[in-house]
Amino acid sequence: MTEQEQPAVRCRELAYSFHRGRGKGPVVRAVDGVDLEVRPGEVFGLLGPNGAGKTTTIRVITTLLPTVRGMVEVFGHDCVAERTEVRRLLGYVPQALSADAGLTGRENVALFARVFDVPRAERAARVAQALAAVDLTEAADRMAGTYSGGMVRRLELAQALVSAPRLLVLDEPTIGLDPIARAGVWERVEAVRRATGMTVLVTTHYMDEADRHCDRIALMDRGRIRALGTPEELKARVRAEDPARQAPTLDDVFRHFSGRALTDDAKEGEFSDVRRTRRTASRVG
Amino acid sequence: MSAAPAALPAESAEHPDPGPELGLLLVPPKARTGWRLVPARVGAMCAVELQKLRHDRTELYTRAVQPALWLLIFGETFTRLKAIPTGGTPYLDYLAPGIIAQSAMFTAIFYGIMIIWERDSGVLTKLLVTPTPRAALVTGKAFAAGVKAVVQAAVVVVLAAVLGVGMTANPLRLLGVAVAVVLGSAFFSCLSMTIAGIVLTRDRLMGIGQAITMPLFFGSNALYPVDLMPGWLQAVSRANPLSYQVDALRGLLIGTPSHLALDFGVLALATGLGIAAASGLLGRLAR
Ligand SMILES: Nc1ncnc2c1ncn2[C@@H]1O[C@H](COP(=O)(O)OP(=O)(O)O)[C@@H](O)[C@H]1O
Ligand SMILES: [Mg+2]
Repeated sequence: MTEQEQPAVRCRELAYSFHRGRGKGPVVRAVDGVDLEVRPGEVFGLLGPNGAGKTTTIRVITTLLPTVRGMVEVFGHDCVAERTEVRRLLGYVPQALSADAGLTGRENVALFARVFDVPRAERAARVAQALAAVDLTEAADRMAGTYSGGMVRRLELAQALVSAPRLLVLDEPTIGLDPIARAGVWERVEAVRRATGMTVLVTTHYMDEADRHCDRIALMDRGRIRALGTPEELKARVRAEDPARQAPTLDDVFRHFSGRALTDDAKEGEFSDVRRTRRTASRVG
Repeated sequence: MSAAPAALPAESAEHPDPGPELGLLLVPPKARTGWRLVPARVGAMCAVELQKLRHDRTELYTRAVQPALWLLIFGETFTRLKAIPTGGTPYLDYLAPGIIAQSAMFTAIFYGIMIIWERDSGVLTKLLVTPTPRAALVTGKAFAAGVKAVVQAAVVVVLAAVLGVGMTANPLRLLGVAVAVVLGSAFFSCLSMTIAGIVLTRDRLMGIGQAITMPLFFGSNALYPVDLMPGWLQAVSRANPLSYQVDALRGLLIGTPSHLALDFGVLALATGLGIAAASGLLGRLAR
């Protein structure tokens, strides 16, 4: 298979455990045997409550955590053996707001152009295009510290886009944002994908977003994938298996496959996560 | 299996607003390989450090306060006391290079805090997902700390000149001074990043940083000649890279007898070891 035909991401029996308390404490099986395949060009959503293992999965795919059990490939490149090749194919936006408040928007993007070896002659033009793609041209020369949460997210998107990645990895891109900023982020993601055809792997615990913006989704709970398919396929399975639910929402779908509500015990986690994001945001802003 | 759809210019017909021109974002940049990779990354990190300094110069000024106090109060007083035998050199002149090295070290030793902060905020995490080897990232950060230290050292040099310290104006010697400052800061920032990679939290790093700065400073030749020290402290001083940095700075700036080859050799070696240790531990910060 050529690189073009390879799945964008392929995980086989991926598992990852954390040791609480310096190896003596209990083992947390954050990811517990995940199989999934992201097709080139699609928007793939990893959906699940807080603590489901989404971020851990993402961090193995992005080569931040070593693959200890199972196999992970990005466009056919092994995430351990071919780390550097994988990194060149990736654009990554982590869960916490990660722009550098001490630099302007343009300088933030230029740094990533430089570390991806964009030649000097092309750098300014490429950085400008990345900023334009996320609608930050006007704010480009302001300090990132003065940006709103939504603007920081779009700036991070520009940082990820400047290297023309084949796979864009977004970890909870809209967490802690107000609905308008959320819509703004998605609008830019969709526009960029339309224009470039890049593959998008996104995690979220907002059902409505997954339903509206993802081609296919994997429902993740307690480190495992409980169901995988297009939103319509998943709803159709619920309709077939549960006569009582003939117009299921994705929330119903999640409850059907995982045996619990997405939001119930996610609440506490969600609050602390939002708080964490806010704290980062205020440090940035 | 369907291939990834390439750019579809035709689609713009369906969408009334084709959006901004994104042509360049379709082509991945050509990968730099071989020996040019590390210098390129070091350049990128140093550029960022200078950009930050340009945006916010307060740190530069506040950091000049302490060396100024050392030179003004400690230096002027001990010059009058003539308590420290410096072989004919006025004590203030003798002290100035020591204070340059000290102020650079005090900044660099807390550099790891910035690394931890960058880890918490995701800035570091994102850099770790770029085609940048760990060692190149650490080297870049170390030299960025060095560049910052040079700017800071320039402030102290000007201050010392104002106080009447007789220093060289030979550009070649001043270049040597800059190199010594960069190497010293690179080493101490690597030491700091190494500790950061071990203790992993800001508070612990703060504590350790505070605990080791004073011994490093007083256990060196920054304030007084090594010969004055008790034997055990002389041994400490001989193992302390700060002593070699001060020796080089003093030789280059004031013209006192020094061992430049040994000094630069030790500083380069220490920096190399520091980079190796810090890059080995950097991955721990990402977990
Ligand atoms: N660095 C870590 N150390 C210990 N436990 C962790 C760490 N990161 C995540 N975990 C645990 O792993 C599980 C999955 O976390 P995570 O992947 O962040 O979930 P999600 O992103 O879906 O909210 C959680 O129980 C979490 O507490
Ligand atoms: Mg998460």
